[in-house]
Amino acid sequence: MKRNIFITIMVIICFVLQSTLFKYLAFGGISPNLLIIITAAFGFMCGKTCGLVVGFFSGLLYDIFFGDVLCFHALIYMYIGYINGNFKQIFYKEDIKLPIVLITCSDLLFGFVYYVLMFLLRGRFHFAYYLTGIMVPEVVYTVVVTLVLYPFIRMITSKLDEGEKRSEDSFA
Amino acid sequence: MRRKRQKFTIPSKYLLLIMTVICVIFMAITFFTDFFAAPLSNFAGAVVVPFQSGVSHVGEWMSNRSDELKSLRDVLAENERLQEQLDALTIENNSLQQDKYELNSLRQLYKLDQEYADFEKIGARVVAKDSGNWFHSFVINKGSKDGIAVDMNVMAGSGLVGRVTEVGSDWAKVISIIDDNSNVSAMVLSTEDSCMVQGNLESMNRGVITFSKLINSDSAVKEGDKVVTSHISTKYLPGILIGYISTISADANNLTSSGYLTPAVDFSHLEEVLVILDTKKDYSKEE
Repeated sequence: MKRNIFITIMVIICFVLQSTLFKYLAFGGISPNLLIIITAAFGFMCGKTCGLVVGFFSGLLYDIFFGDVLCFHALIYMYIGYINGNFKQIFYKEDIKLPIVLITCSDLLFGFVYYVLMFLLRGRFHFAYYLTGIMVPEVVYTVVVTLVLYPFIRMITSKLDEGEKRSEDSFA
Repeated sequence: MRRKRQKFTIPSKYLLLIMTVICVIFMAITFFTDFFAAPLSNFAGAVVVPFQSGVSHVGEWMSNRSDELKSLRDVLAENERLQEQLDALTIENNSLQQDKYELNSLRQLYKLDQEYADFEKIGARVVAKDSGNWFHSFVINKGSKDGIAVDMNVMAGSGLVGRVTEVGSDWAKVISIIDDNSNVSAMVLSTEDSCMVQGNLESMNRGVITFSKLINSDSAVKEGDKVVTSHISTKYLPGILIGYISTISADANNLTSSGYLTPAVDFSHLEEVLVILDTKKDYSKEE
C-alpha cells in the first residue's frame, strides 16, 4: 500500500517537474525524460507487472495533457516498462551500471519508436537530424538526471522493502 | 491444497495483452469521438494543474536567478561600453525625436495603430510545456471559466502563437504554429498572395518556420515582407502577423515558391500570451 502511494506520487511529481521546471532548465531546447527514468527504474526494480502499470499511468498522464489520442504514449511507455521488467533477475541494488544502461536504451528506444510513428509516417525522412538533434541530447541529459534521481528512488524503495519485511515477520 | 498468500494476480504476460487491447480501443475511441474529454480534463484540472502552476513559478524564478548571476558578470563590462554609447545616442535621439512626430502623424493617417484593436483579448500565463522534445504545445492557466473555447487564436506581443485545441475548466491546451503538426493558411501582406505556413521540427530549431505553395505572381514577393493569416483560413482570424520572409526560392514546378520565414514571436521565451475571445466562426457571422 505504502509502495503504491509512493509510486503514484513519484509519477505525478516527475510529470509536473518535466513539464514545468525542466522546461526552464532545458539545454538547447532539450529537456530530460523523467517519465522514462521512473518507468524503467520501477520495471527492473519491481518486476514486469509493476513496470507495466507505472509505464501505463505515466504515459496516460502525458496523453491527457499533451497527446492527440489517448493511450498512445501509455502504450509505448507500458511496453518499455514491461521490457525493463525482464531484467529484474540480473538486477541487484548496489550496481549502478545496469540501471544506466537500461535507462539509456529505454530512452533511445522510446525516441526511435516515437520518430517512426509520429514523424517517419508523415514523410519526415531526415533521420540523422532527429537522431543527433533530439534523441541523443535527450538521452545524455536524461542519464545525467538519472545519476541524481535514481539513488533517491532506490533509497526509498529499499526503506519500503525493509518496512514490508518487518511487518511480514511480525505477522508470522 | 493451500491457498497462496497473494490473493489474486494475473501473469504479467496476459496483463500486457489485456492492457494493449484496452489501449488500442481507447486510442480508437478518442480518435473518432471525444467521449473521454470531459472527465479526463476535470481530473487534470483538479489534480495536476495546481501543481504545475506552482512549480512553473519556481522554475521561472530559478531561471531568472541563474540569468541574473550570469548577467552580473557582464553588466560591469557592459556599463562602460554603454556609457560611451549613451553619448552618441543622445545626439542621435534628438534627430529621431523629430522623425517621430512625422511618423505619428503618418500612422494616424494609415490607422495602423488600430490593427488588432477590434478583437477582445484576455491575458493568460503559460504554466506547462509539452514535456517531450518533439512537439510544441503548451498549457495556459485560463479555461472555459474565463470564456476560452476551442479554436480561439492565441497571440503574444504582436504575432500569432497558435490556437486553443483543448479546454478544461481552468486550463487550456494551445498548439503553437511552430509545432510539427501545424498548418496555417497565410498570405503575404504586400501582394495578398496566399501560401501555407507549416511548422517543422527541423527548421524550428534554427528559429524559422517553413512556408510553401506561394503562387509566383511575377516574383513580387521579397525577403522581409510581412506574412499574415489569410482570409480563407477556417481557424485563424484574418490579418494577424505571423512573421517576415527570410528566404524564398522557386519550386521545381516554377509555379509556386517556398522558403522560410522568421516568426514575429520569440517562442523560446513564451511566458504570457493573449487569447483572442472571438473565433473565426463568430467573426465571419458578424460580417
